[in-house]
Amino acid sequence: MKREILYFAWLRERVGLPRETVDTEARTVAELVAELVAREDRYALAFSDPSTLRVALDQELGEFATPLGDTREIAFFPPMTGG
Amino acid sequence: MMIRVQNAPFDFGQECNAFAQAQGNIGAIVSFCGIVRNNDTGTLHRMEIEHYPGMTERALDKIAQQARARWSLSDCMIIHRYGTLAPEELIMMVATASAHRASAFAAADFLMDYLKSRAPFWKKEITEQGAEWVAAKDSDEDALSRW
Repeated sequence: MKREILYFAWLRERVGLPRETVDTEARTVAELVAELVAREDRYALAFSDPSTLRVALDQELGEFATPLGDTREIAFFPPMTGG
Repeated sequence: MMIRVQNAPFDFGQECNAFAQAQGNIGAIVSFCGIVRNNDTGTLHRMEIEHYPGMTERALDKIAQQARARWSLSDCMIIHRYGTLAPEELIMMVATASAHRASAFAAADFLMDYLKSRAPFWKKEITEQGAEWVAAKDSDEDALSRW
């Protein structure tokens, strides 16, 4: 299934692009991360410590164990620093 | 309830006055404004604020709805900027209106705590030494447990 992946802040800088479309069989966020990490070193570096990252599924915060289901847009980013 | 995510500067006084004038029979307005603070050595050139268009508006709306569900507010507003800001520029503001001050203060405090770690903004500080992403503080996350 084709899904849109977005990266923000230092994660975007490490991956080297703000968004991309991936064709993936991953069933959960964690499986998607494993697929990305296996692709290239820059992903492995960016996702080297997933505990420092947050994920949003169709613009709602989720967890790495969250099933992807029909989610079209998955965003990865460091903890937010608003305000 | 007004929520604005914008690059453009805003006038804190004008926004507060417009918010106050739009209210009916209330007894209290609390406002808060966040400012780009220079570092201790005064070497901050600028701050770059990145956000997640779409999710940002949804997250701010959700936070404001939660505040309104929890306290008896007649209204609240949030403005948050993104893009490149110089030291001393205004980053964001919240205002709450209520019959009594306790609700207005508490709701404004709640809005700020949630904005810090649940609204998808990321700050980068550019100094003479280079650029560095601002790290989230554990205390920001811990602050949510107050509510």
